Amino acid sequence: MSILHDDDYILAADRRPLSALYSRNARAVIERGFRVIKSQNWIVLVSGFFEPVFYLLSMGIGLGQLVGSVQGPNGAPISYAAYIAPALLAVSAMNGAIYDSTWNIFFKMHFGKLYQSMLYTSLGPFDIAVGEIFMALFRGFLYALGFTGVMAVMGLITTPWALLLVPASVMVAFGFASFGMAITSYMKTFQQMDIITFVMLPMFLFSATFYPLTVYPEPVQWLVQALPLWHGVELMREISTGAFSLVTLLHLLYYVVMVLVGLAFTTRRLRALFLR
Amino acid sequence: MVASVRPEGAPVISAQDLVKTYGDVNAVDGISFAIPAGESFGLLGPNGAGKSTTMRMIGGVSQRTAGQLNIMGLDPEQQGPEVRAHLGVVPQQDNLDEELRVRENLIIYGRYFGLSRSYLSQRADELLEFAQLQDKAKARVDSLSGGMKRRLTIARSLINDPKILLLDEPTTGLDPQARHVLWDRLFRLKEQGVTLVLTTHYMDEAEQLCDRLIVVDKGRIMAEGSPAQLIRKHSSREVLELRFGTDRNVAVAERLDGTGDRIEVLPDRVLVYSDNGEESLEAIRGRGFHPITSLVRRASLEDVFLRLTGRSLVD
Repeated sequence: MSILHDDDYILAADRRPLSALYSRNARAVIERGFRVIKSQNWIVLVSGFFEPVFYLLSMGIGLGQLVGSVQGPNGAPISYAAYIAPALLAVSAMNGAIYDSTWNIFFKMHFGKLYQSMLYTSLGPFDIAVGEIFMALFRGFLYALGFTGVMAVMGLITTPWALLLVPASVMVAFGFASFGMAITSYMKTFQQMDIITFVMLPMFLFSATFYPLTVYPEPVQWLVQALPLWHGVELMREISTGAFSLVTLLHLLYYVVMVLVGLAFTTRRLRALFLR
Repeated sequence: MVASVRPEGAPVISAQDLVKTYGDVNAVDGISFAIPAGESFGLLGPNGAGKSTTMRMIGGVSQRTAGQLNIMGLDPEQQGPEVRAHLGVVPQQDNLDEELRVRENLIIYGRYFGLSRSYLSQRADELLEFAQLQDKAKARVDSLSGGMKRRLTIARSLINDPKILLLDEPTTGLDPQARHVLWDRLFRLKEQGVTLVLTTHYMDEAEQLCDRLIVVDKGRIMAEGSPAQLIRKHSSREVLELRFGTDRNVAVAERLDGTGDRIEVLPDRVLVYSDNGEESLEAIRGRGFHPITSLVRRASLEDVFLRLTGRSLVD
């Protein structure tokens, strides 16, 4: 190492926008994420994947026997399993993103002190937010990919449009991941973490996942339509049958907004928590 | 890019009237100091004095309530990532990445600075040697002893070849061997021109390592100077420690006036501050007092510290 002199102690200001928050190095956070996954137990990683698969098997095959065929998004009748499968795919993507961006982040914030040590390097809160959200999104992507495979094996994929299911799932995962981290940042105890489950479970069951929205009275319909999962469910359903309309764009737009707001929200929270 | 505003020879860290308020508590209450390049600067003070908060503000991870702060020409609040790129930080509590192995901790930490993998691979091996952890490269972090974790944290702080190293109580919890190894390593960094800023409440550490220091209490600077200057100014040259038995200390001390510059009574002993301890002891014996034990020692920074910040416990 060379010896430092007085004139080595001069820094140039970085005048790029957001330079106090972002150093264009989210990939380092992602690299860490993959190193950890590599050394981790794979069972832990995939545990959340099975929940929607079990629902598909029990409801789709079991309950499907009683239900028979139902009306699909484009009006044509489809099997009950084919009706709920895309909805469960959205749930799968959501679960992946949520498991990673809530419990994992909770531990890193409160026990691992990971973000404190990261923020003492040249990383800014935005790098961390992007990197961690990417990891959650990656988990959502893995779950969605697996679930799409299960759908294919069960013969529930009938159109080439179904190829779009995976990128659409990533969008759904992205939306949930970017919000999950910000929400988790408010949680201080394990008990509070239960609130997340308390919100997620009814959203999963009531977002027109297992039956059409029209069963609800109108005010309830409005409420359900405001929830993010409903947009994911509808988006997937429309893709799986190739029944696109302007509403499809609206669903996508919902997620674009969710991602942007979530990213800004998370960065703000990381800043408030660790750069006080 | 805009050139830095730091003129040649100006301090690399300068703080003007720094204030940090949490709720209605002033953790840091108007601190000013300037540190030239290559200096080893210490912040001394009891727990809760505001040392760590000051360190956090220098690192730009704590927003100041008021005052000015300039690190190598930049404001760490505005230019956090750029300033921290040249900073090494050893926090008070080790915050190693327990999900990564020992060597990975160094490599990934270096990646946070945007350093290349090939550079880091070599640098990580050098630092493992520096920290005497070569055999532990693949070990899990939670299998390391406290001293090893501390050494790894310090090695990690050097991954980016920092110009300024911030050390928050670097040797707390280390055994004497490990402390001496660490002092040696820090001294070598100082020889390379690295500016060291450290907090400590080990007075021997401050005397060993610091060119200059400030004594901080309740968020304010109580004294400033080199260790020798501070001892000269706030203490006598020698201290005579006498034990007369806990029940007699107070009574005897009242009758020792004039045998030293200043007399302090503690529950277990009497301290006589004097420029010549042996002479004071003779004088005391001459008055007919014979202590159970007596000890003449040189005054240390610890005497200065206790004088300035008091003896009561701070939580």
